[in-house]
Amino acid sequence: MSEETKASSPKQPLLDQYVKLITEKVGETAIKEAYINEVNSHMPSFIIDKELWHDVALLIRDNENMQFDYLMNLSGVDYESYMEAAYFFYSYTRDEYLAIKVQTERDGGSVPTVMDVWPTADWHEREAYDLLGIGFTGREISRILLPDDWVGYPLRKDYKPYDEEV
Amino acid sequence: MAVRTEEMLLNVGPQHPSTHGVFRLVVKVDGERITEAIPVVGYLHRGTEKLAEDLTYTQIIPYTDRLDYLSSMTNNYALVQAVETLMDLEIPERAEYLRVLAMELNRVASHLVWWGTNLLDLGAISPFLFAFRDREFIVNMLNELSGARLTFNYMRVGGVKWDAPEGWIKKVEEFVPYMREKLKDYHTLVTGNEIFLARVKNLAIYDDKEAIAYGMTGPVLRGSNVKFDVRKNQPYSIYDRFEFDIPVGETGDVYDRYMVRMNEMEQSLRIIEQAVAQFPEEGEIIAKVPKVIRPPEGEVYTRMESSKGELGVHLVSKKKDKPYRLKLRRPSFVNLQLLPKLLVGRTMADIPAVLGAIDIVLGEVDA
Repeated sequence: MSEETKASSPKQPLLDQYVKLITEKVGETAIKEAYINEVNSHMPSFIIDKELWHDVALLIRDNENMQFDYLMNLSGVDYESYMEAAYFFYSYTRDEYLAIKVQTERDGGSVPTVMDVWPTADWHEREAYDLLGIGFTGREISRILLPDDWVGYPLRKDYKPYDEEV
Repeated sequence: MAVRTEEMLLNVGPQHPSTHGVFRLVVKVDGERITEAIPVVGYLHRGTEKLAEDLTYTQIIPYTDRLDYLSSMTNNYALVQAVETLMDLEIPERAEYLRVLAMELNRVASHLVWWGTNLLDLGAISPFLFAFRDREFIVNMLNELSGARLTFNYMRVGGVKWDAPEGWIKKVEEFVPYMREKLKDYHTLVTGNEIFLARVKNLAIYDDKEAIAYGMTGPVLRGSNVKFDVRKNQPYSIYDRFEFDIPVGETGDVYDRYMVRMNEMEQSLRIIEQAVAQFPEEGEIIAKVPKVIRPPEGEVYTRMESSKGELGVHLVSKKKDKPYRLKLRRPSFVNLQLLPKLLVGRTMADIPAVLGAIDIVLGEVDA
């Protein structure tokens, strides 16, 4: 993404404002990357350090300049070298959108739960755990769509169905 | 002598008529009172998201039909919307109108099934017959349009597959006043009924804050007095060209959710009426799209208002003919989360009323 297109985005001032808020209130290391997803209606997007994700979560829900009260969606994505939990937010009060990515290791990696911040995250996190094997710390977690004794995580790119006869 | 009760564990489902699919609810009851309810889902999990990674974009469309199979048109749209957003496609006018007509007809059909079956669960048998009689008109019209009665596979990236057959628009036009009359009958038959009101008024109340925190969307959100509809607040397709209201409830009980859906059908009819009046005489029904669809690298999250709530698609593309990751945010799945909280303290007989008011389709819960 070139500097020129970045400057032309109507959401750039908003992104800068969010960056300032998160750096001030949570810490300089919280944001790993900040960008505008232009194709997706110029959605401000962040890659957040997983260690500080829970603090950032509280901030983006409660800060009056953010107020993201609604977690629209949580997807787990397997990028082969790492796992990503992608959160999409909407603010009913401010009519704004936000995307947050939290990355973790592929094997045994986990991200902090935000179930206590947005209760709707409960089943979303269980689904991501169930299908991709992303762990969520700070809560009890179990499979939701697959049987409890299922072997493996089907949405991983290297998934091989388990066959007990082989 | 005091009545002695003891706790009992009871399985409702997975095969139970009031769950309308394979859904299990493990309830702990003390006498008639529910002390705990745990939903168990996944019986209909087919791994749609995994399958999609091995399919081209056009091939995925029929799979979306089978998510919320009562509202396949809206599901079709949710997928093509994500791909079109990523490709930045311009859709021909006529295709947009056909889409809106198909989606709104489908919304009415979906709400009719909800109306019929929900009341059937509450013990009223005749509404079910009326609902299916009137839904048949819609199903026939959509059949003429797409060649299928339920799994339409109608939309394509860039437009729609088939043009409206001759006389179809006229049929849709005539259906609107017919259905309006019937909706009046429905209200006479059910809405004022004292037994019905006694069962749904002040039942399973939650407020706007709770609804938002739990990610409720669609009629179950609007029932709690949140005036939000994606069609209005983040207009997609050509919804910004139509006049319609967003019906909301006041107290957030089962009755409010009932009324929201009833009024939504009327609003859908209003949209259909306007779309028919504005329907372009001629024009293309599909944009110029390359034979092999390879959206540029990137990712989008798009959402739209299906009959159950916000149907979202998170699409990650690596410029291949198949998606790298396709995540479906299914409203039924998310809306179901609040159920345990709503049931605690209520009686067993309230289960069908509370569950019916959430209006889930298991194909969508389990994907």
